[in-house]
Amino acid sequence: MKKNKVAKTRMTPRAYMKRYWQLYALLALPMLYLIIFKYAPMIYVQVAFKKYSIVQSVWEMPWAKNHGFEYFIKAFSNNDFRYALRNTLTLNLLDLIIGFPAPIIFALIINELCFKKFKRVIQTIAYMPHFLSWVIIASLALQLFAPNAGLVNMIIKDLGGEAIPFLNEEKHWVGTYIGFGVWQNFGWGSIVYLAAIAGINPELYEAASVDGAGRFRKMWHVTLPGIKPTIVVLLIMNLGNILGSSFDRPFAFQNPLVMKVADVISTYVYRVGIRGLQFSLTTAVGLFQSVVGVFFLLMANWISRRLGERGIW
Amino acid sequence: MKIKSTADKVWDWIFVIFCIFIGVICLAPMLNLLAKSLSGSSYLIKNEIYLWPKGFNLDAYATVLNDPKYLKSFVWTVFLTIVCTLLSLTMTTLCAYPLIFDKLKGRGFINVFITITMFFNAGAIPNYLLMQKLNLLSHPLVLILPSCLSVFNMIIMRSFFYSIPESLRESAEIDGATFFQILIKIYVPLSKPVMATLALFYAVGRWNGYSDALVYMREAKYYPLQLLLYNILNNINQVEVATQEGFSAPGLSESLKAAIVMFSTVPILMIYPWLQKYFIHGVTLGAVKE
Repeated sequence: MKKNKVAKTRMTPRAYMKRYWQLYALLALPMLYLIIFKYAPMIYVQVAFKKYSIVQSVWEMPWAKNHGFEYFIKAFSNNDFRYALRNTLTLNLLDLIIGFPAPIIFALIINELCFKKFKRVIQTIAYMPHFLSWVIIASLALQLFAPNAGLVNMIIKDLGGEAIPFLNEEKHWVGTYIGFGVWQNFGWGSIVYLAAIAGINPELYEAASVDGAGRFRKMWHVTLPGIKPTIVVLLIMNLGNILGSSFDRPFAFQNPLVMKVADVISTYVYRVGIRGLQFSLTTAVGLFQSVVGVFFLLMANWISRRLGERGIW
Repeated sequence: MKIKSTADKVWDWIFVIFCIFIGVICLAPMLNLLAKSLSGSSYLIKNEIYLWPKGFNLDAYATVLNDPKYLKSFVWTVFLTIVCTLLSLTMTTLCAYPLIFDKLKGRGFINVFITITMFFNAGAIPNYLLMQKLNLLSHPLVLILPSCLSVFNMIIMRSFFYSIPESLRESAEIDGATFFQILIKIYVPLSKPVMATLALFYAVGRWNGYSDALVYMREAKYYPLQLLLYNILNNINQVEVATQEGFSAPGLSESLKAAIVMFSTVPILMIYPWLQKYFIHGVTLGAVKE
């Protein structure tokens, strides 16, 4: 960011405010929003270290045992939470391994298409799944993969195969869940890479052609290095989010038969906290997730800088 | 123009075919659903519906449109989406605009103050306890206020504001325009692309979101469409659903479910293709920092 050092005459605070008060006035509402809805909840984080009670205010609640860490210890000795933690990591990691390369590959292929109109149509279609809610995607999954009436199993049975329990059996469920994640995101995710590809200097391609590089050599030696910074930043950002868990997607896909592999931290907190009213325990779980999450993000940013790429922020 | 070799042409067609395949994978689930929603119940029971309806009829849609429950929820969700989008856009602009001024004292502090909220959040339960304290549980405002500013979107808008030449606002300042006037007369009109993008993001977020209603909203009349849909699809409140459908044949309920899903998806699907050139730009702004 460049600093404007031309007209930096000294102003008294009064004169400054007289001129610039409007900017602060504009900021007032957003700041109020952040204070109320982002900072005020942090007061309740102490519930993690206290014994929750409905009748007392959060400041009056008694401290939990073990120097306040009772509920953290409880959480980690709880099987359900350990499953949720394991599943959060597993599902995020699978998303990363399978879901991360998909938009890159799609962008590379789209970039090779030479019919402009066709390219536009395909792109528009590929963005469509991103605009569907997870409730709807989960219902589509049911329509497609239900054991009897699902389209895919109907086709499998028509071809003489056995119906596959895509949604009711743990291993298959994970595959379906990851698959729909890819389906939802590959088109949308490709936008960033396509923009990065568009920013590559066309002279590089010409030079490569002159040197006799074919389509795939150019892809490998020009396009991929050209979008490498984008790939690295997004990869590191994703790695930083490895403990993050969205709620909408797993919750919409879960069913009682697969909870052992489908329960993630966010849905665990909902089930045990909001529904089961174990506020202290689930606040502790949420705090653990937030703190470790911040740590991962800071690490990711540090690595990104060390690698000579721009930091994320 | 270079003449392409045969191998190159073959690859061109391989890519085209691959893309058509991808297109089919994207569209097939929706087509299957559409076919089911338009099919007769006898064909549905026999599992005969693939991508084309059999026994074409519009009964399911008629049922949906005649049921005040869906229509009310639809209208409420449309209203909610419009209010949320307008409010969020306003808040985002209010937050992004002052931050582009170098002369704003305390800007560094404000930036840190904002960024912290992006990386650390208190968690679901503290948020819930706060809503309880604010008496917002089951209040319609709980679906509007807590999500009315996304810091991520604010950063996108700020990047766009930075791309507007500084000289524009400086000359306006010299001509005696106030900061309000500069915002309204210069920045807002020039920011139509980013406004369209963020409006789409906020609108889609509200239209598709259901988790906040699931947690904070106990009043069924304020359920947004997606939560209603979730409950119907997962047979929650079975009694209610059963009376709604009058214990009809299971086939009708299948096509009814499909019709409800179509009904709640179509509005977004009709809007996004027209905004494509804007949101592509917006996504790029978000990812590429200056």
